[in-house]
Amino acid sequence: MTSQDSFGADPLNAPVAGSVGAGAGLAGSFGASGRGPRLLSGGGRRAVAVSTASTLVVLAALVAIFWVAPGSAAVRHTFFSPADMWQSFIGNPKKGYYSVGAAIWLNIRMFLVAEVLILALALVIALVRQSTSPVMFPFRVLAMVYVDFFRGVPLLLVVFAIGLGVPALRLTFVSSQSAAVYGVSALVLSYSAYVSEVYRAGLNSVHRSQLAAARSLGLSHGTALRYVILPQALRNIVPPLLNDFISLQKDTALVAVLGAIEANEAAQIYSSTVFNFSSFTVAAILFLILTIPLARFTDRLIDRDRRRRLAGAVT
Amino acid sequence: MSALRAGPEAGQAAGTDAIRIEDLHKSFGPHEVLSGVSLTVAPHEVICLIGASGSGKSTLLRCINLLEPIDSGGIWLLGQQVTGPGVDVNMVRRRVGIVFQSFNLFPHMTVLRNVTLAPMKALRMPKAEAEASASDLLARFGLADKRAEYPDRLSGGQQQRVAIVRALAVQPQIMLLDEVTSALDPELVAEVLDVIRELATAGMTMLIATHEMGFAKDVANRVCFLEDGQIVEQAPPAELFTDPKDERTQRFLRRIVQAGRM
Repeated sequence: MTSQDSFGADPLNAPVAGSVGAGAGLAGSFGASGRGPRLLSGGGRRAVAVSTASTLVVLAALVAIFWVAPGSAAVRHTFFSPADMWQSFIGNPKKGYYSVGAAIWLNIRMFLVAEVLILALALVIALVRQSTSPVMFPFRVLAMVYVDFFRGVPLLLVVFAIGLGVPALRLTFVSSQSAAVYGVSALVLSYSAYVSEVYRAGLNSVHRSQLAAARSLGLSHGTALRYVILPQALRNIVPPLLNDFISLQKDTALVAVLGAIEANEAAQIYSSTVFNFSSFTVAAILFLILTIPLARFTDRLIDRDRRRRLAGAVT
Repeated sequence: MSALRAGPEAGQAAGTDAIRIEDLHKSFGPHEVLSGVSLTVAPHEVICLIGASGSGKSTLLRCINLLEPIDSGGIWLLGQQVTGPGVDVNMVRRRVGIVFQSFNLFPHMTVLRNVTLAPMKALRMPKAEAEASASDLLARFGLADKRAEYPDRLSGGQQQRVAIVRALAVQPQIMLLDEVTSALDPELVAEVLDVIRELATAGMTMLIATHEMGFAKDVANRVCFLEDGQIVEQAPPAELFTDPKDERTQRFLRRIVQAGRM
């Protein structure tokens, strides 16, 4: 195997090169966080070298395994054909398939709209569930049933139920929306059940004495929640919230079952038109480009939070 | 103290008790924490509550601030009953400040914001005015240079002084202090006690639950000894500490002396 030539020419080169870059970045950050006191900066540089080398060895091994597999050539043609990847990325309406690259915009739009609605609806559900007033009792029960239901039913079924059921009702306005609208509705219903539990955990993580302290100053319950409890609760739940949103980004692909031309559906159409699955690889790469920055951002927040907590413990 | 007169009854009429408590009962489940407490506090009086942990001191203070609902009995503050229906608890709490053993500062806010939050959100004081009076208060208690710090950058003593300033910022007429030095390292206790002494000198009506017997002796007009949810004995400190009448008070004080706390 003339690895040097084929490696350079192979479409695999693109994603692999990308991940080597990411690996080096990772190694760099390991070195930086391992350095701590300046005395060890020599050791830090050594650590960077070692981790870079180890990353390269592991990647080379993975690529080698892929290469020597008996079906390697067929898989490379079906999933990693450069021509097909490019064709599906830009799309060609005349030949009957859409651009996966353009279709991802629908995923991004669905994600952004769903995210805002989920954050708002989930907060309302969490606050209702946390309320103690007897007047709120029926709403507490309702909120509990809601969360139990939508956490228990697979998201795909919710998408089907909303996307096929609501139009079948033949109501004037709500039954004539696009597939994307029904998809977003299903995502919001399902995810706000999860996210409301994240909020609830955050609210519980703030010690009760904080509420007592705020109320003792003459602040109303609502004011105490808004200025004292919620800001602390939100700070504690940013990492798990972002985690849920990473998975929300991917789950926008489920709206494909309703026929919305988002990235996954566009890839599906390409593959059934041209009989090559490389379009799915393109969709996967596009989803990764969306989710990885959010994942790294989440890691940084967790790290910052940990450092702040340590600093707080020292003083 | 002009902002205080905005309440339903203007100021405190001469002869009106600052606090009057009658036959107060409070249980947590089957456990009765307060079993018939009656106490009267005159304006500008400083009263120290002493007694073992679990004797009901903290619960009594929390009931007065309406943080705990009471089972029976009554509480009057500045001549107004606060334990009936239709009482605006937020109004009551603006006139009765409470400071806790564990400071309970808001960790996500600077010292200045901790102090100005209630004046701005509860009293609707304009920001500039709230910050000006907060700065004055902080300066008065030696915290002027800590305005922009977050609570976790302060020592325990500093945090507790900020908590006292925060309670004072809504200009209460009565202060309740719940073992405010119990969570502090010994060398930090004095700075907090000095603050309370200054408040006493300035004529603040205070009800202080404390384990600091020397301080109680020094600052209190009257000392109340609590046991099993009742006020067993109350007297001026000189009398209660040197010549306690009740056998239970004598036993408690003997233990304190043996522990080297007095």
